[in-house]
Amino acid sequence: MQSTGVLTANKLGQKKKSVRAKDLALRMKRHWQLYLLVFLPLVYLFIFKYIPMYGAQIAFRDFSIVRGFTGSEWVGLKHFNDFFNSPNFWMLIKNTLFISLYSLAVGFPAPIILALALNEVRSLRFKKTVQMVTFAPYFISTVVMVSMIILFLSPRLGFVDLIVRSLGMESINFMGVPGYFKSIFVLSNVWQGIGYGAVIYLAALAGINPDLYEAAKVDGASRLQKVLHIDLPGIMPAAIILLILNVGQIMNVGFEKIYLMQNPLNLSTSEVISTYVYKIGLLGANFSFSSAVDLFNSVINLILLLTVNYAARRFSDSSLW
Amino acid sequence: MSKPMAIKEPFGDRVFLFCVYVFLGLILIVVLYPLIYILSSSFSSPQAVISGRVWLLPVEPSLAGYKAIFQNPSVMTGYANSLFYTFFGVLINVTLTVMLAYPLSRSTFVGRNFIMVLLIITMMFSGGLIPYYLTVKMVGILDTRWAMLLPGALAVWQVIIARTFFQSTIPKELGEAAELDGCSDLGFLWRVVLPLSKPILAVLVLMYAVGHWNAYFEALIFLKSPDLYPLQIVLRNILILNSIDASMMVDANQMAARQGLRDLLKFSLIVVATLPVLAIYPFVQKYFVQGIMIGSIKG
Repeated sequence: MQSTGVLTANKLGQKKKSVRAKDLALRMKRHWQLYLLVFLPLVYLFIFKYIPMYGAQIAFRDFSIVRGFTGSEWVGLKHFNDFFNSPNFWMLIKNTLFISLYSLAVGFPAPIILALALNEVRSLRFKKTVQMVTFAPYFISTVVMVSMIILFLSPRLGFVDLIVRSLGMESINFMGVPGYFKSIFVLSNVWQGIGYGAVIYLAALAGINPDLYEAAKVDGASRLQKVLHIDLPGIMPAAIILLILNVGQIMNVGFEKIYLMQNPLNLSTSEVISTYVYKIGLLGANFSFSSAVDLFNSVINLILLLTVNYAARRFSDSSLW
Repeated sequence: MSKPMAIKEPFGDRVFLFCVYVFLGLILIVVLYPLIYILSSSFSSPQAVISGRVWLLPVEPSLAGYKAIFQNPSVMTGYANSLFYTFFGVLINVTLTVMLAYPLSRSTFVGRNFIMVLLIITMMFSGGLIPYYLTVKMVGILDTRWAMLLPGALAVWQVIIARTFFQSTIPKELGEAAELDGCSDLGFLWRVVLPLSKPILAVLVLMYAVGHWNAYFEALIFLKSPDLYPLQIVLRNILILNSIDASMMVDANQMAARQGLRDLLKFSLIVVATLPVLAIYPFVQKYFVQGIMIGSIKG
């Protein structure tokens, strides 16, 4: 009795499965136009995203253009060893990490502070004005941004130098002093990105339950206490997500801006992994070695992202996955 | 204090609010001042600029810098090229983005999860600069206009934004009703979805357009011929590498005047390059904010 029961159940399952498969095929056939639509985008993804990923293996080969990605000779970890033992290794790691951590330490809290301050403002017009003005620099291109930095800091033309001289000091060639490079980079980033970054936090603040403020008012909380005990916890989830994403990018300090800001005088503090990869790889045509450097960089990024996401999941409710 | 207030705020709160306003006022100045300084300098005379007399308003107003720009062929070529790349780039971008995002938003689309995984993978891993460059080289579009259009034809992040929008604003029932009435998927996309999706199309166009207009990295690695250079590369050569060809110095004979014009030109160039974007910005800010919002719903 029992065995026949199992058998029929099994048969039923099989029947169900085949019905489902048929149903699936039918659905795919009925919606063939959707597959037509995704065809071109998928071809794009394949060529410009997946082939390069496949090509990353040249980090383990001695790449020659004639023999292609897979035909070149396999050399294992040779290029990685070369990189670890090169005299530049520690300088690159140090500069990359230092610039990132500095950016994170200053650039991460800045939009939060701006958003919290804006949220206190009662005059809608003032709030709108500040928001609009601080958002504007986001649209300035990297080339123009760096040009502005160089102009402002130039010993002859810039207003920064005017201020320095009016304070009775010697004029300084800021871009030529290695010790200033990181601060110039990070602070100008904050200048450019603070308004853009604040948008998400302002939205999170707008979504906070108004009852909380009412309750706080009844309890006699001051404005500052409301900020600390209602606003700050309210934007925590958004902040944690953004922090995870930022940490996952730690080793990717923007190539574009740093490369433009470099000059022979500040190279000792401004050379980072991405600019090194570009110079060695594309300008020096040292394809395999620079791919190895790049790959090493991506692996560290991935490990950092996974670690921070794991930590966030353990210690708070928000995480990427 | 003309308005009657029900309860006067406590002293501590007023001090706090005062500090907030001072802080925001300072930020306003710090962000605004460099922009005003650039604008004012660009409209001043070369002598005023090099002697550092410009600090807020234009000094000895002149259009010398702008005249020099419009007489420079490489700037004009760059401008035309950038317009070309932006227009066709955005056209390709938005088309491909919708083509991928719309099917992904349909629950009846078998295989959507698989494609989503494919997309997410590209966000987490990349082949790196060198394999990317070599791929473009193998495709055979190095140093052609296609190199500025095809390698960045699709941004995964915008696909996710568009998909989220389609999912949340196009009711499922609408699709089912259309299907019953014999409307094909393409017909539904064209006649129902797109007309309902104008806000997201605006967001996509703007985000992609700003990206194209400001891009210089692709041009730096893929282009070699000066007549293909977009504006940003021309700017870099003039503003950062300081290389100005002789044709730039039209009516300057003396060395000092030449130097002055060269400096002035930098300010005017910055204005000319940034103006198209900043001029439309106040009108489209809300779309940008919308874009950031949709992107953050499901990050």
